[in-house]
Amino acid sequence: MNRLVQLVLASSMAVCTAIVSYSVMAQTAMTAEASDTVFDHFGGKAGISKVIDDFLVIWQGDPRISDRLADADVDRLGALLKEQVTQLTGGPANYSGKDMQTAHAQMGLHNADFNALAEDLQLSMEKNGIASRDQNRLLAKLAPMQKQIVTK
Amino acid sequence: MKSHHIQTVALIATLTGMCLSPVRADDSTHAMPDMGKLLATGGVSSVEGAAGGGITPWALISGYGTRDSYGANVHYTELGTQDFQLDTYGAALGIMDRVELSIARQDFKSDRGPLNGLKIRQDIVALKLKLAGDAVYDQNSWMPQIAIGAEHKKNDGLTGLLNGPITALGAKNTSGTDYYVSATKIFLDQSILANITIRDTEANQMGLLGFGGDLHNSYRAEFEGSLAYLINKNWVLGTEYRAKPHNLSADREAAYYDAFLAWFPTKNYSVTLAYANLGSIAAPETGNNSKQSGAYLSLQAGF
Repeated sequence: MNRLVQLVLASSMAVCTAIVSYSVMAQTAMTAEASDTVFDHFGGKAGISKVIDDFLVIWQGDPRISDRLADADVDRLGALLKEQVTQLTGGPANYSGKDMQTAHAQMGLHNADFNALAEDLQLSMEKNGIASRDQNRLLAKLAPMQKQIVTK
Repeated sequence: MKSHHIQTVALIATLTGMCLSPVRADDSTHAMPDMGKLLATGGVSSVEGAAGGGITPWALISGYGTRDSYGANVHYTELGTQDFQLDTYGAALGIMDRVELSIARQDFKSDRGPLNGLKIRQDIVALKLKLAGDAVYDQNSWMPQIAIGAEHKKNDGLTGLLNGPITALGAKNTSGTDYYVSATKIFLDQSILANITIRDTEANQMGLLGFGGDLHNSYRAEFEGSLAYLINKNWVLGTEYRAKPHNLSADREAAYYDAFLAWFPTKNYSVTLAYANLGSIAAPETGNNSKQSGAYLSLQAGF
């Protein structure tokens, strides 16, 4: 029994190490192969467009942060977000909006607001079948913006 | 695993769930918990009460309160090995994603082997302070989240097979304090979490066998590490290692390690399943030099 227990433990650790190694290697390979970007994994411009459209719907239905959209031009916001996400994922676009600090300076956003938005984006990405690894790659690009966006 | 324990946990979890009202903090109601941190970023409850993995604390602050709020949770953990069973239960409070207070009680007993019937109880009060960095937001730098902590442990002594203070087994002291520094980094681009903890300790088997001993009777810095893969937002798979001192000739103390799978169905609950190897415990006293290893189940409920 003890042997079995050790075997199970050793196998679990081996599997975990293998997954981590695979992840790191895949990431390295990803960097080397420029054509296989996160943008491609999102399904290009059409995929990102769908993710953002669904995201805005989820956001509008989220009682934690829906009031933030009350006076917003949602169509313009959507267009800017598509540009931004396309650029961040390595696709062909240049974000034409204000920088994050200027855009959010007057909003008085709390950390919980920022995270609620991230959760809504996760829901939209899940809905559109984006792999968790690719979701996290986009979130890795968005996470540092917390310092510019959250002012409260 | 005894059914009344499971029932107790289920009851606590249900009551906690009922009492939780995830109300968002705004300018007028800072007193309400905001549950604003991202799922899993409060970690799980370690066997010494602090937020972390299962056998080592992380720099993450327990619970789901952001820097504007607070969070709290209760946990129950069972770990069964060939000869021993360790039950831990406790509570943690995270304040402004900066300070963490935790309490835990460990009930350790031998239910087989040469020490069958021996029981040891230990109480732990712990404090953690986040000093710098943010494990989630600092994705554009190598800066980890860094925290320091202290775990004060009071061993309540032996009952059952033997009666008396834990010093009867060779330890020099019945209480002690571990001091640690932890660095936790989430590499979102790779979906990996890594933690390193350096613990200054004189505890034998976390303090269950007291503090200090005949071989060594002062503090030693020990390495602890965790590596985990974020499968998705609800599941984390990882492995941990914890080096330990060897202060007692009566206890061939060795490193702990485990492989775990943690499930975060919502921000109110988490379940961690693991296989833990605690090495040799109280050998050669028991005559059992084999590794003490077995299943680990931990339940956490909170906000």
